[in-house]
Amino acid sequence: MPNYFKILRPGINSTFQDLGRFGLQHLGIVPSGCMDKSLFYLSNKLVGNKISQGALEFAYQGPLLELTGESVLAAVSGKVNFNIINKNGEIKKGASNESFILFSGDKIDIISTINSVYGYFSIFGGFRLEETKESISTLVRAKIGSNNGEKLKTNEKIFFNTSKRESKKNKFEFNFEDNNTIRVMQGLQFDYFSKKSQGDFFSKEYKVTRLTDRMGMRLEGEKIENIKSKNIKSEGITKGSIQVPGDGQPIVLLSDHPTIGGYPKIANVITADYDKLVQKTPESKLKFKLVDLSVAESAFQLYTKKINSF
Amino acid sequence: MLKKISNIGDCGITCDFGDEVDKKTNKEVIKLFNFIKLSVKDKKIKGILNYTPSYNKLIINFDLGEVKSKEVIEFIKNNDYSKTIFSEKNKLVEIPICYDEEFALDIKRLEEKTKLNFDEIVKEHLNTDFFVYMIGFVPGQPFLGDLKKNLYHDRLDTPRVKINRGSVGIVEKFCTIYTFESPGGWNIIGKTPLNLFDIKKNQPSILSPGDSVKFKSITKKELLTFKNA
Repeated sequence: MPNYFKILRPGINSTFQDLGRFGLQHLGIVPSGCMDKSLFYLSNKLVGNKISQGALEFAYQGPLLELTGESVLAAVSGKVNFNIINKNGEIKKGASNESFILFSGDKIDIISTINSVYGYFSIFGGFRLEETKESISTLVRAKIGSNNGEKLKTNEKIFFNTSKRESKKNKFEFNFEDNNTIRVMQGLQFDYFSKKSQGDFFSKEYKVTRLTDRMGMRLEGEKIENIKSKNIKSEGITKGSIQVPGDGQPIVLLSDHPTIGGYPKIANVITADYDKLVQKTPESKLKFKLVDLSVAESAFQLYTKKINSF
Repeated sequence: MLKKISNIGDCGITCDFGDEVDKKTNKEVIKLFNFIKLSVKDKKIKGILNYTPSYNKLIINFDLGEVKSKEVIEFIKNNDYSKTIFSEKNKLVEIPICYDEEFALDIKRLEEKTKLNFDEIVKEHLNTDFFVYMIGFVPGQPFLGDLKKNLYHDRLDTPRVKINRGSVGIVEKFCTIYTFESPGGWNIIGKTPLNLFDIKKNQPSILSPGDSVKFKSITKKELLTFKNA
């Protein structure tokens, strides 16, 4: 008999993600992949998977799933409010960043992320997902990846292979960084902006707006004045680039960004601070701090050390 | 010529070939693009995740855990990419297009603006030997050039909310083909039934940067009965 989770409620933006799909951006295919790599790693480590195993990513509200089949070692990573409801209807509060066993008939109700955006649900051995160009990551805009490139939908089933391994529970203390300072390097078109705006960008606060998704994060704050040209010749885009369109309000390009774009970029978020950034909820106030390449590279060393310690 | 290499954050670099948007400049970009692609394939450099050419730049993204920007920059500076053959397999692709008025949404505006009649516009478009400058924004969408100056026209003032897949549009000296239904501001002159992008195929995009394109006129009936290979 197959093992599967039935989707009773899909959640707001639930997709399958792994580390992304590379080597195809010259054909217009963005890497996609998990938004928060630290939490993605953690969810796999908690259930004993290899770190690149595909997981279920959710934003704000997660799915309600019912298990049929063999029991399975599972984990939810992040700051997440969730319940386990057994087949007798008894509700038990779930603990994030700690693995647990789900039995046939159990429901897992991922109610919401707390003061954060993304969380991950993993099971030992992973879900049965089809790879497209060596990745299971879903890019909804182009209908690429798992689940026919779509978000999860009610009544669909998520299958998984039998997992006979002796289940070993695991727990990890995970603390989000609370501060709102995001370190950036100077963007390619930094000199397109007035001296005053360059100063404002690093001293004023920028608010995360509701117009934020896997593609980009729109910010609101002191208008950034372009003194050169509102458009540049379209060029390749890198995750974490902060572009400033004609209205002077910055947009941070995130994991599902367009592959090329024509707006000037004032800055680029450093790799070590990307996970922290994507977890900022609407209304959060961000401050950008300018660093150079050597600081960014050292910060990356620390970041790698952290995620390898899970 | 490669003018400048700069960092884009800590895991990307841009190779800048100057401000000109013309075939000469873009061919230099494509040369370096092909060189990097081959170097990755032959494992001459590690950690490269993506290489994205555009009109006048090549952006290279890498895994900071595998390689640092200094090493990537040195690799480019220490190798003579200009000796790379223009491409291993840049090819000529024929793309069927139907100019029926049902699909040529902006032809009237173009007639007024360019002072050419419908037949002349079509003839100019069919006679153009197009070059694929870059592919992107969304999967498989090609940016082709160069149209002759008499066909130049600006973007629509108000972009359409929805442009059908397969629509062929022109703006200034460029021509594009919408590979997905999307909003857009290009002047639509026709439609192709050819599916330019299919992720399930071994080569998901029919076109690659550096390829050549020639359009071939088909009737509405041929469009409707066209079978994608």
